[in-house]
Amino acid sequence: MSALSELNVGTTAVVESLDLPDEVGHHLMHMGFAPEARVVVIRRAPAGDPTVYSIDGFEIALRRETARHIRVRPQPDGGQ
Amino acid sequence: MNDCCPTDTGIAVLESPSVPRIPGKIRTVALVGPPNSGKSTLFNRLTGLRQKVANYPGVTVEQHFGKLSGIGRSDLVLIDLPGIYSLDSYSEDSRVAVEVLRGEMPGSPKPDAVLLVLDSLHLRRQLMLAAPVLSLGLPTLVLLNMSDLMETRGGEVDTLALAQELGVPVAKISATHGTGLDAIAHFLGSKSDTPQAHHTIRLELPVMGNARSYRQWATGISTRTKYKAPFSSEWTRKLDEILLHRVWGPLLFLVVVIAVFQVVFTIGQPLSDGFGAVLTSAGDKIGTYLGHSWIESLLIDGVWKGVASVLVFLPQILLLFLFIGVLEDSGYLARAALIADRVMRSIGLNGKAFIPLLSAYACAVPAIMATRTIENKRDRFATILVAPFMTCSARLPIYILMIAAFVPNRRILGDFFGMRAAVMLSLYLLGFLAAFGTAWLLKSSILKTASAPFILELPQYRLPTVRSLSLRVMDRGKVFLKQAGTIILGVTIVLWILSHIPFRSDLPQSVIGHIGLWIEPVIRPLGFNWKIGIGLLSSVVAREVIVGTLGTLYGADPATQSLSLQAALRHDLTLGGAMALVVFFAFAMQCTSTLAIVRRETNSWKWPALQFAYMSALAYIAAFATNQIITHLF
Repeated sequence: MSALSELNVGTTAVVESLDLPDEVGHHLMHMGFAPEARVVVIRRAPAGDPTVYSIDGFEIALRRETARHIRVRPQPDGGQ
Repeated sequence: MNDCCPTDTGIAVLESPSVPRIPGKIRTVALVGPPNSGKSTLFNRLTGLRQKVANYPGVTVEQHFGKLSGIGRSDLVLIDLPGIYSLDSYSEDSRVAVEVLRGEMPGSPKPDAVLLVLDSLHLRRQLMLAAPVLSLGLPTLVLLNMSDLMETRGGEVDTLALAQELGVPVAKISATHGTGLDAIAHFLGSKSDTPQAHHTIRLELPVMGNARSYRQWATGISTRTKYKAPFSSEWTRKLDEILLHRVWGPLLFLVVVIAVFQVVFTIGQPLSDGFGAVLTSAGDKIGTYLGHSWIESLLIDGVWKGVASVLVFLPQILLLFLFIGVLEDSGYLARAALIADRVMRSIGLNGKAFIPLLSAYACAVPAIMATRTIENKRDRFATILVAPFMTCSARLPIYILMIAAFVPNRRILGDFFGMRAAVMLSLYLLGFLAAFGTAWLLKSSILKTASAPFILELPQYRLPTVRSLSLRVMDRGKVFLKQAGTIILGVTIVLWILSHIPFRSDLPQSVIGHIGLWIEPVIRPLGFNWKIGIGLLSSVVAREVIVGTLGTLYGADPATQSLSLQAALRHDLTLGGAMALVVFFAFAMQCTSTLAIVRRETNSWKWPALQFAYMSALAYIAAFATNQIITHLF
């Protein structure tokens, strides 16, 4: 298990849990960052942070300080 | 332009005998859905109104009402609501949506039925919202928007199965192309319909009302209804490769901004000049019919010169709005926010605050409303307080007038970038720096907080349609003309009268002259004469009024009557005074509408009062410094 923020661009992972204050955590879950959701690291913003993630076909940008609190299980096969 | 093919309107589900009709009498229908799912586009279709639509989440931040006349039901009221992800209100705009939906919003009737708009390109996640919305127990019609796009991209869903799963009717629509809307009329029944009993289909909603169970529920339904997500458009990723590139991204951002100013001058200026020439010669023609009389003096020297001097800026303002429209409709705005996040972080805000700040380039009033999408209250207040520093379009007339009158049109970077565009750009930069500096001050003192998380959804790029852009530009043109025909017309008439009492007096001896000479000592150090002083007083109503005032005052003065406004200003002001004037406008809070909206959004007079005092003081000091420096340098 690792933090979402540690993944390299192009990596696919499955969300395990969110270690964030309830309000933010729930909001993120409703936006798709719920356990068992598959997330792909798409790209970093020009300044290196925030990072754009793809989840459920949506692209959502999060700062490192938030992504740090999302625990994920990287998928070795990467692709589908 | 588009190849819409309304072969299948997708209302087959509604023919099934178990289709529920609305029970009881309905009067109010609410549009509910996740952000950027197309609710406002549909609202405009169904009501014939023109609520703002654009391509980023959070365009609608308050409820809007309209009659359902688009489908022949003007007896029903449709409410457009801000987009929501769930019924937990995380930000101010979602709180509005949830309160209206629950009937807790004062002045807004509780909806009797719901149109749930879901983006069919992303149905799996969008269905999560169906669970809490259906549990409200209101008669609901689920609308799968952008279904035409879903099908052309190879996506599928069994709508009949979906209707059975959800226990409510489901219809495929396209709000953009207006297809499938007859399903809505059918759902709402006809005026003469006798109310039917509430449907009794048992719906299995998740027991636990949390995101996790909603998600499992939504995933289960998408699988059972054989939802196949469409291929996502490749060119959003490809474009982002360039537009969010480490080097090219920020660089292209700058090029876009500079190009806007250059176009306002190279294309806009000749258009404005031509328009101005037409207005002047029309005024002269009417003048010759009237002969030399006080009526001629009032109508031509007073009203016509005053109003026309503002009207000439119409082409440039429309061009600016065209650019802003392209940025908002294409989906680029969210990318700009992403690029800006790093800079915004250094002043204690986040990239999301950048979206309202960018839209403040058009006007601070909608920008201040748009801050409702900022989740943290202190961040939101800081953004509200600095938004009026961003150069709004009402500053454009006085900027262009003074620059065209005082700055030579020298080239700096070949044909692409000239001196006038450079001065204009620096004025925009000045406003931007004032906004940033002030935000930093606020965030490190009275509005200090721990940093709020930055969560931003990036929409897919869309080609802005000619229709939506021209509607925006036309609507804006109407607002501008209305302003010229009401406020500015009124101010010029009052000014002309005040500048002619006592009868047959010279301008400096008139009432207006006395007022002007009385305030002159205060503004003399800034390099302003008393006419500018009157202009500043009148522009407290709205910034562009100053140009109308100057047009009227210089038109009423025999010494400058025959000159164009630009020539009259050159005759009367030093370069130091002229530049001090534009700097004053960059900082000063001369807009009663903005003060009123800040009062409303912060729910206190304290904030607008603080804002007014701070901005006025800053404007005075900066104008004073500008005048002193330029006078000593040149």
